[in-house]
Amino acid sequence: MSNFLSSSIGKKTVMALTGLFLCVFLVEHLYGNLLLYANDGGAAFIEYSHTLVHSILIRSIEVVLFIAIIVHVVQAVYLTKQNSDARPVKYSVNKVNETSTWFSRNMGITGSFILFFIVVHLYHYFVPYRIMDTVGGPGQINVAQAVKIGLQDPVYAGFYFFSVCLLAFHLNHGFQGAFQTLGLSNKRYAPFLKMAGTGFAVLMFVGFASFPVLFYFGLAGGTF
Amino acid sequence: MNLTLKVWRQKNSKEAGNFSTYQVNDITPDMSFLELFDVLNERLIAKGEEPVAFDHDCREGICGMCSMFINGRAHGPWQGTTTCQLHMRAFNDGDTIVVEPWRAAGFPVLKDLVVDRSAFDRVIAAGGFVSANTGNAQDANCLPVPKPDADDAFAAAACIGCGACVAACKNSSAMLFVSAKVSQLALLPQGQVERESRALNMVKQMDEEGFGSCTLTGSCEAACPKEISLENIARLNREYLMANLKKGLF
Repeated sequence: MSNFLSSSIGKKTVMALTGLFLCVFLVEHLYGNLLLYANDGGAAFIEYSHTLVHSILIRSIEVVLFIAIIVHVVQAVYLTKQNSDARPVKYSVNKVNETSTWFSRNMGITGSFILFFIVVHLYHYFVPYRIMDTVGGPGQINVAQAVKIGLQDPVYAGFYFFSVCLLAFHLNHGFQGAFQTLGLSNKRYAPFLKMAGTGFAVLMFVGFASFPVLFYFGLAGGTF
Repeated sequence: MNLTLKVWRQKNSKEAGNFSTYQVNDITPDMSFLELFDVLNERLIAKGEEPVAFDHDCREGICGMCSMFINGRAHGPWQGTTTCQLHMRAFNDGDTIVVEPWRAAGFPVLKDLVVDRSAFDRVIAAGGFVSANTGNAQDANCLPVPKPDADDAFAAAACIGCGACVAACKNSSAMLFVSAKVSQLALLPQGQVERESRALNMVKQMDEEGFGSCTLTGSCEAACPKEISLENIARLNREYLMANLKKGLF
């Protein structure tokens, strides 16, 4: 195991598996968020949030989720360092943009920003609801109202929107790359995987970007 | 054609190098890029200066010896072309052309534009061979090989080991090279005996040589003079994962 995990392909395999797990989480997270559009004063979303917190299974998966994020980030940092060391003297002229896209080369930059977003996002919603107990209790604002208040702030809504844009580009490259790393691609599958990756990225973008847009412009959450 | 060349000059692997600028006049568009350097070197020798060291051998695009990073591209601007097959008609009169050696920790510069690519030889020595007796031509013809496998193996075997994939990759990854060599043997019956050990040992050696990992940017495929497909990298990942699973991860 240690030989495999310390190899370059082993590290990439860990990146791919944790990345795909995080993709599954995104789908689940999007489903939960879409309950905000139920037009029931936020009842479905509040009920959903309550269920998540009180399910042992979900709480266990939550631990795995945090571990997956940490492993994905730590491996990325390690690989980036190793890859940078593989070229100690850089080219003075390198037209690398003629042979590859900026987003495929800079998964570290988009990933770092997404990590920053996750930290801010957790601070905004996870910490008050789950740790500080300042949201969702008797006499306090509920989770649906917390979402609405957060996304009506132009700075946070803009930051959220921009982060989702970067997430989409990260997914566009990462999704198909994960299958390539796991050896699940060949010349017949590759075009479909590329399309599936782009499709998934677009879906996640449209889904998640809708929240800052609709809430900021007052097109959602009117009954909260 | 009159050209300005900015060429990387480095005395040896120990000393730091820098760019020297040369004005090279009266170049014909029909010359190859290496012939441009032949002309430059003759003029340098005539002036009593040290000629530019560069690798070359067959000058027919099949040996994989030439290795120049020209104007920001491995083997220059033409697709599927080695430096020796790049012709001066790819450039315009008055152009400034920047020429650097392959830059990678695994390919240390020996002198000027010459790099040490023996890391690739060590990767091959680690497993890029078959020890089964493959017999003579008629014996090989007796072994049934499905046509798609034969085609894929042949396409992978087209790799000439020039190192353009490493030079072009932002991570100096040798995955395209290693995957081509693993693929050509994994697809054929003669390669089955050492299939797992080959994947394990070649990847281990690749990592030890200091090459980076694959981030699927596709630069290697775009730079490869033999247009080796990224599909091979997926196959190498698969071979390596399966070999580890068979060996036992724990």
